[in-house]
Amino acid sequence: MDLTNAERVVMIGGGQAAAQACASLRLFGYEGAITLIGDEAALPYQRPPLSKAYMKGELAEERLYFKPAAWYEDQNIDTILSVRATKIDRSAQMVELEHGGSVSYDALILSTGSRPRALPVEGADLDGIFDLRDLADVERIRPRMIGGQKLVIVGAGYIGLEAAAVARQLDLEVTVLEMEDRVLARVTSPIMSQFFADEHMRQGVDVRTGARLASLKGADGKVTHAVLADGSELEADIVLVGIGIVPNVELAEDAGIACANGILTDRDARTNDPRIFAAGDCAARPLVHYGRTGRLESVHNAIEQGKLAAAAIMGKPRPSEDCPWFWSDQYDLKLQIAGLSQGYDETVTRGDIAARKFAVFYLQNGKLIAVDAVNCPPEFLASKKLIITGARLAPETLSDTSQSMKEIAAQAA
Amino acid sequence: MAKIIYVDHEGTERTVEASNGESVMEAAIKNSIPGIDAECGGACACATCHVYVDEAFMDKVGMPEDMEQSMLDFAENVKETSRLSCQISVSDDLDGLKVSTPESQH
Repeated sequence: MDLTNAERVVMIGGGQAAAQACASLRLFGYEGAITLIGDEAALPYQRPPLSKAYMKGELAEERLYFKPAAWYEDQNIDTILSVRATKIDRSAQMVELEHGGSVSYDALILSTGSRPRALPVEGADLDGIFDLRDLADVERIRPRMIGGQKLVIVGAGYIGLEAAAVARQLDLEVTVLEMEDRVLARVTSPIMSQFFADEHMRQGVDVRTGARLASLKGADGKVTHAVLADGSELEADIVLVGIGIVPNVELAEDAGIACANGILTDRDARTNDPRIFAAGDCAARPLVHYGRTGRLESVHNAIEQGKLAAAAIMGKPRPSEDCPWFWSDQYDLKLQIAGLSQGYDETVTRGDIAARKFAVFYLQNGKLIAVDAVNCPPEFLASKKLIITGARLAPETLSDTSQSMKEIAAQAA
Repeated sequence: MAKIIYVDHEGTERTVEASNGESVMEAAIKNSIPGIDAECGGACACATCHVYVDEAFMDKVGMPEDMEQSMLDFAENVKETSRLSCQISVSDDLDGLKVSTPESQH
């Protein structure tokens, strides 16, 4: 469908994908109306620092925002904040808002994001228990992050481990509970899991794997203990929950838009309704370098799909679909991840794990599909390019530290 | 405060007022300067905010640290004056700083 004459583009959700789509639409010459509907009070901001530098107090709030408020005025972008969209009426091309009112659209971008998975145990509503997703969450948590306080983190994914690192640096007593038998079980290999578990233990975190939370106990409405499935109890002043996220697909589903663990899109971020696009955490997209459909929870994905949707609306050539990439900062470790490691059949370690400077490459049938690089930018940056070319590299070449990554990249078959 | 002048690959100059303490990348993003992507938001994780520092300012801006240098090694068309703009902090000293952006950050 040709949308180049669209007079009104509406975004539901005000995160990174929406901010990117706004900027890209204007960059591509779109002059019509833009309305951004966000259920948070804040204009679009960066989420990654919430569990890193911002949580630690090293980054001022104003530095989280992609654009100052004046930019939205200059660009004639209407922002409707602290308001939830309640329904998409596709035949009328209208978005209905809570408290009444509606906004019409010629093109609609669903950038509805995701929400933290709720903790399915008794006591989860006690005071002192927090999710870590929004700026508002961090505002509530930060005043409680005081040295000596006992913090229990449920879930050893990236968010949980990043928060554990910040909390240790602020001198809290930290316990991390993970149901699986290793940390980062869902996202990386046992080698990396071991490395990060060791690092956190060395930094004084009590890392407990194979530990299932049974309930949370409190006194006077405030959490005091985490109770594990084996009956043991841990004292807790604060509990942070990081057990994954759930894509916000309900609005789309209710409107009859195809969803399957995310709002399904084509390569242009377009859903099965040609006027409606989806971008960011909420979208399940073709992962062209991997020959499958999937949902990515990342900055790269939000930016790229925001651009793809804007380009499709404006009839511009499709922007490049890059290698998925991610990062995590914990203590002085910079983890940079390129590609998706799911389905690997071989790992190659390069560098010195003990020196905390190494990379793990993931191969599938001899093809490089992903890398986890710890304090090793060259391994990350070289792989980012190699992965999307379907490069084949011999394991003994990848692990040969007498050759630079530039030299190794030149030998890719 | 410092005036920062961004020159795109076609030679067009754009001048912005940047506050002390913010990075040359942040000032660019806030003012929608084309040619700087800065996908990671300044975490020194992505190398998409590559700029060329005007030679007259090289001494004041200084050299990249190890992490930044190893990322720059993989940017396109790197020169001796290349820096990641997220790692350059604005100060009064840098008033009038001119940086050029490459044709592509990828």
